[in-house]
Amino acid sequence: MLLTTTINGRKKEILIKDDDYLLDVLRKEGYLSVKRGCDTGACGLCTVLLNGSPILSCSTLAARAQGKHISTIEHFPLEAKKFASFMTSEGAEQCGFCSPGFTLTVIAMIKELENPTDDEIMHYLNGNLCRCSGYVSQLRAIRNFMEDMKHENC
Amino acid sequence: MFSFSKFFLASSLEEAYSELLKNKKNIILGGTSYLRMGNTSWNTAIDLSNLKLDYISDEDNFISIGAMTNFRNLETSSLLNRYFGEIFTTALRDIIGVQFRTNVTVGATVFSKYGFSDLVPVLLALDSKVKLFNGGIIDLEKFLNETDIRRDILVEILIPKKVCQTSFQCVRKSKTDYSIINLAICNFDNNITIAVGSRPGKAILAKKTMDLFNKSEDIEKEIVNAMKYIGDEIPLDSNMRGSKSYRELLLAALLRKGIQEVLN
Repeated sequence: MLLTTTINGRKKEILIKDDDYLLDVLRKEGYLSVKRGCDTGACGLCTVLLNGSPILSCSTLAARAQGKHISTIEHFPLEAKKFASFMTSEGAEQCGFCSPGFTLTVIAMIKELENPTDDEIMHYLNGNLCRCSGYVSQLRAIRNFMEDMKHENC
Repeated sequence: MFSFSKFFLASSLEEAYSELLKNKKNIILGGTSYLRMGNTSWNTAIDLSNLKLDYISDEDNFISIGAMTNFRNLETSSLLNRYFGEIFTTALRDIIGVQFRTNVTVGATVFSKYGFSDLVPVLLALDSKVKLFNGGIIDLEKFLNETDIRRDILVEILIPKKVCQTSFQCVRKSKTDYSIINLAICNFDNNITIAVGSRPGKAILAKKTMDLFNKSEDIEKEIVNAMKYIGDEIPLDSNMRGSKSYRELLLAALLRKGIQEVLN
């Protein structure tokens, strides 16, 4: 079937199999920032935004993206770069394989939650697994990132 | 990996139903999160995404939840919160992550009668009904007790509208794991309902224990009695997550905690 969708702001027409998963389609189309992690819907590495909401592309049928907007990390170059710098300055980033999915979820969280507490941040980011590190340095990086974004928006 | 040969985007429930009946290997799609863990090849996969079944609405006598509503919307619904307290938020918030809960749909969870479900005991304790396209409206309890999977479409869940005190209790090995056991308790005007799930079988109502509370003058005084009683009433079993005897201990302890919560 022909999938007509918008990826990172650009309209795309892609020929897909009816039972293709979004993760496979995106990777085949060259969006390699979308990572294949557990492939069972548990790790959050394959996260993309579908009409602004974070979803697991390994568990979403590509056909369901018909007419919708998909965003991968490439759609947010400034935020991604800034977030990465806060992550590295806290020593939170190690292999970086989980970063695209994690960063996208952080971006969605900032849009959805106003002044979240640490508990709310942890809750929103449950389901984004990182095998290299603990999560304390990541939380510090998120706090710094949010503070910086807030000043920027003022 | 599951696969299918044709994706069918239904434009009406009638159309979806007639497509479903055409072949034994046709299926209705929910969130597809668990379906994909199976290893079956299907013929036509019928998608209800375009039928506007994603809603939580306030009707005269019921709160009505469309089959395609996702768990994240249930978790954050202020309408559900207003009538039933925080039971939906508490039961759903630890199911993996936000992304996963955005995928998973109410209809598929209930229709599939998953034993591990944290949602089903909540709906059961709230005395919910299911509306099937062909089968009409029936009690959720009756629907769960049916052994055959119907060739039908679950359209919506209807929850009787009453402001009640509720509690959801569960034990998980880690924060976002499946429950080892879970129970949902509802107190409406001193009438208590209790549903137990992850036994590990399908969720059921603890009717005799409910009776014990509901016939008593002083519910709080019955708690210790009920803690002994519920273990005899509810069939529990062992699986990789916990043994039968561990579940018995947990169930009694969680019952006490839950009842105290709905009395406060």
